[in-house]
Amino acid sequence: MIRTDIIAKLPYDKPFLFVDNILTLDDHHIVGNYTFLKDEYFYKGHFKNNPITPGVILTECMAQIGMACFGIYLLGDAWDETQWSVAMTSNEINFFAPVFPGEKVIVEAEKVYFRFNKLKCNVVMRNAKEVIVAKGVVAGIAFSNQKKL
Amino acid sequence: MNNEKLLLKLKTIITPYVQNEEGLNNLSEETDFIQDLEINSANLVDVVLDVEDEFDIEIDNESMEKMLTVKASIEVIEGKLAAK
Repeated sequence: MIRTDIIAKLPYDKPFLFVDNILTLDDHHIVGNYTFLKDEYFYKGHFKNNPITPGVILTECMAQIGMACFGIYLLGDAWDETQWSVAMTSNEINFFAPVFPGEKVIVEAEKVYFRFNKLKCNVVMRNAKEVIVAKGVVAGIAFSNQKKL
Repeated sequence: MNNEKLLLKLKTIITPYVQNEEGLNNLSEETDFIQDLEINSANLVDVVLDVEDEFDIEIDNESMEKMLTVKASIEVIEGKLAAK
């Protein structure tokens, strides 16, 4: 399962799209992956002569797979990227291992709840060696641009 | 459950999500969650979920959209409790 249909509905684009594939998807959880390019723009400054993927980018990758892709799936026909927006509303992530340029990460998210267009998930990111890179909780909300919640 | 008791329970629920302490100190039936307490829309969902747990009721979309003030919330909670 690649689910390019869902990835195409995301409101992100390069250089800020951090989803390659969706591997598993049902009403309770999602698994997706992303391989960081060797020349992602942020490696120029993070850090000087020592490129490591920033924690905020890892968090973003976890949110794009675990919140945005998952949320769009859960919203089903209601989602329309021309009429709706998403926002991360909270996160609490712990980091355990660095991710270097060119590394692949696998993100797995498990639904805590999806109510009133707010999705809260437990999320884990692993590297290609199946070592946990980051783990925590993210929450986000989807809203129609016409009707501010 | 009388109104005062319900208000107290509601206050306990909303407290962790309040950004405006002064609004919380002056809490009344007229208090607006967004205007007076500066609760964000994502945390409004948490307030509703906590209300569901506390009172063992289920809040539907329509009721959730009404729950923007203390007064409206108490009305929704009382309505759901009465229908149990």
